[in-house]
Amino acid sequence: MQSDEISQVIDKNVGVRIFEVEKGAIRRFADAVGDSNPLFRDEEYARKSPYGSIIAPPGFFGWPTKHPMGAPLVIDFPDEVMQPLMKSGYMAATALDGGMEYDFLVPVYAGDTLVSSTVVKDIRERSGRTGKMAFIILETTYLNQNGAVVAKARATTILRSTTV
Amino acid sequence: MLGKQLYWEDVKEGEEITPLPKIATTAMLVRWAGASGDFNPLHYDRVFAEAAGVGQPIVHGALKRQWLVQLMTDWIGDQGWLKQFSCQYRAMDIPRAMRSMADPVDGETWMCKGKVTKKYVEGDAHCIDCNIWIENGKGEITTPGKATVILPARG
Repeated sequence: MQSDEISQVIDKNVGVRIFEVEKGAIRRFADAVGDSNPLFRDEEYARKSPYGSIIAPPGFFGWPTKHPMGAPLVIDFPDEVMQPLMKSGYMAATALDGGMEYDFLVPVYAGDTLVSSTVVKDIRERSGRTGKMAFIILETTYLNQNGAVVAKARATTILRSTTV
Repeated sequence: MLGKQLYWEDVKEGEEITPLPKIATTAMLVRWAGASGDFNPLHYDRVFAEAAGVGQPIVHGALKRQWLVQLMTDWIGDQGWLKQFSCQYRAMDIPRAMRSMADPVDGETWMCKGKVTKKYVEGDAHCIDCNIWIENGKGEITTPGKATVILPARG
């Protein structure tokens, strides 16, 4: 069960961003994963591959991949989303990363410019031993410079309430 | 080439995906913080992690997610396509400390694993569904997930 207050944030847009997918950023990302796949770093190899040029690993859409403070977007939520959450006792500082779900449609190439748009897809409240928790599903759609949807990402963010 | 290309015909339901071993060190988490842009001190600052109630710095969920993505992209090869992917961060994983600038102390190795659950053709796409997961050093699953890939067919 959830309050009407909380439900009204569903379908609200929480942010539009632009990403330049840089070759160096792709390589540093792959390095940090420990992934030496030449598709993500070797021009010559990538040219001869089915892709024709360097691509990003699935899940990389340009830097930063997450809000610099770690909390995925939550800190940047517009007031119309943040106010109902805060009235219900949910603080952005308690955000936890719950998981991720991707649909990958088109490759992301080094040099692409992507536009991401994120909406609150769903929000569910649960009562636990330590109080209420809200599971927020944020769906981000990534479009490339040709207007093609390259991917959809559904991130689960868990907020803990300070009230019971 | 990373290895030979995997074809749809070569895959059997119930078969295991080639496992991918990974370690995580405090130094690697700092590198991930820079590469991903996630500078939450929870992942590199012990005092902060203690105050946050986590006890000690923990491995980023998103890094574990990308380990599982690599499990799939390594397996499907250049001609495979990762179509759908999901994972949940169910339990915390603790990175190894560093012994020297370059070497971590002995400790946990994580294993990224997967199993083929279904093989089918959808339209003209030759698809494979898999369960995927990460096991910690004790063999406990901390990060379960699912993936659907499209593989080339020999046709």
